[in-house]
Amino acid sequence: MASHSHTPKLPHSHTLRWPIILAYVVLTLWAIWALLPLFWMLTTSLKETRAAIKFPPEWLPSHPTLMNYERLFARAPALRWFANSAIVAIAHTFSMLLFCSMAGYAFAKKEFPGKTAIFWGLLSTMMIPGMVLLVPLFLLVSRMGLINNFGGLILPGMVGAFGVFLMKQFIQTLPGELIDAAKIDGASEVGVYSRVILPLSKPALAVLGIFSFMGAWNDFLWPLLITQSKNMRTLAVGLATLQQESMTDYGLLMAGSAVAAIPMIIVFFAFQKHFLKGLTIGAIKG
Amino acid sequence: MRRDSLAKRVFKSRWAYLFVAPAVIHFLVFSAYPIAATVYLSFVRFNLQGNSWIGLRNYQIALAEPVFWRSLANTALYTMVVVPVGIGIALFLSALIFPLRPSAQNFYKGAFYLPGVISAVVVSMIWLWMFDSAHGLLNYMLPTMTGGVMKPISWLGDAHIALPSLMFMAVAGGGGGAVILYLAAMGGIPATLYEAARIDGANRWTEFWRITLPLLKPTTLYLAIMGTIGSFQVFTSIYMMTRGGPNYATSTVVYRIYETAFEFLKLGRASAMALILALIIVGVSIVQFKVLGTEVEY
Repeated sequence: MASHSHTPKLPHSHTLRWPIILAYVVLTLWAIWALLPLFWMLTTSLKETRAAIKFPPEWLPSHPTLMNYERLFARAPALRWFANSAIVAIAHTFSMLLFCSMAGYAFAKKEFPGKTAIFWGLLSTMMIPGMVLLVPLFLLVSRMGLINNFGGLILPGMVGAFGVFLMKQFIQTLPGELIDAAKIDGASEVGVYSRVILPLSKPALAVLGIFSFMGAWNDFLWPLLITQSKNMRTLAVGLATLQQESMTDYGLLMAGSAVAAIPMIIVFFAFQKHFLKGLTIGAIKG
Repeated sequence: MRRDSLAKRVFKSRWAYLFVAPAVIHFLVFSAYPIAATVYLSFVRFNLQGNSWIGLRNYQIALAEPVFWRSLANTALYTMVVVPVGIGIALFLSALIFPLRPSAQNFYKGAFYLPGVISAVVVSMIWLWMFDSAHGLLNYMLPTMTGGVMKPISWLGDAHIALPSLMFMAVAGGGGGAVILYLAAMGGIPATLYEAARIDGANRWTEFWRITLPLLKPTTLYLAIMGTIGSFQVFTSIYMMTRGGPNYATSTVVYRIYETAFEFLKLGRASAMALILALIIVGVSIVQFKVLGTEVEY
């Protein structure tokens, strides 16, 4: 921003340009470095086994092939893992959107006895490291008979304190007159929520939905504990076991990695604005 | 003004309770109960036939375990390097991006943030491949780019290098989230402050140190606390890449808790370790708040 730059007496304004050019060089180098692992994953996944470990390495495969992807889907139930991850991520996303917006609406727009205590009770769980919950959560879920099924994968992540907080903060900014007007028009309680609050909360719902999906898709420790049979694994857990079985078959492993990474990359490009906005919303809570 | 009785107010608010019910029930079952259960489990010898109360024994055993201390030290070292270096890099990148035109800003924000949406499992697998001592990319680039001065390294196999390798990997991840937060905070600093400083003869360097950096303190505090909480719980890369080895050189607290609970099946001891970890995290957060959390006024 021009107003921020120091402007000593210079003969021509464009002599100021070299620091900007230097900034572009440094930033571009860092961008290449940051994206190198992803590039290397894709390149390796398209190489045949011997080409993958060739020295010096080929930056781009001289004979690109989908062989590794074929082997992946032939060998591991990768399609099943993919479907499991998708089911869990979609279920988490929708239940988070529903339950967090419901609770957020009540906390933002309604008065009821015990409201403050309940709200802070919920929020306090945000500060607790997940590891503290893990052992009893595992015992609880196994007692409920939910080991190695979708119930165990989905139930514990269906609501999150952060989501409730995010929705409350957003719904608070909506004008109360809209709710009053809807009530005068005869809208029921559920009608106010579903036809006034939800449509107006789209920006916050988008942010919450994306982060819920990403969190569930990338989750590892919980599905690792809770799944036992090969067919119930999520993609992340399946890949971890594949890695243990075929240590140095990098072409295959990178193909598996790409299958796990590409959906998130697509989600990122589709919703880039919401990602960037969501981060800053999250930080305001500080 | 007369207030209704509590029962009446509760009845009047029945819709509000219905709306918060799913979240509250979920919280009671999947958060509040497990927290209480962890505290209980940390005082018992866990047994499927019935737990026996053993007081502080689990804590004593955990704290007498050299591997637990080693894991604590590894975790502390990892955090003390990864968090400040990560914040420093993000600050540096943000300062470079901020003066650019918006389209360029968005391009770099996206490029730096993209690696952050990939799961830790995938990132670990890619780095296992890049770290591979025989065919990995790093052991090709290192001698080539230094003209043979640097020899190939056993990145994860050498007990002295494995933990630094994991730190290197954590810092190399782009730092996109932190950059986005810093840029948002930089945009919120009033331009008049810089104008005033310029009238007083400040150059860009002093502007940065005397105005930008102090006013970014809340963001830095947030990043420090969230970063510390996250890196104190590092697990996936350890599980995927080293299993705590070689010779416990990369064992972290959460990895040790995982082993204790789910491989050795010492659930009581693991609960004690988890609570010790929680106390440490809370303590460190409080210290960070005290050190960095002084009020900022424009």
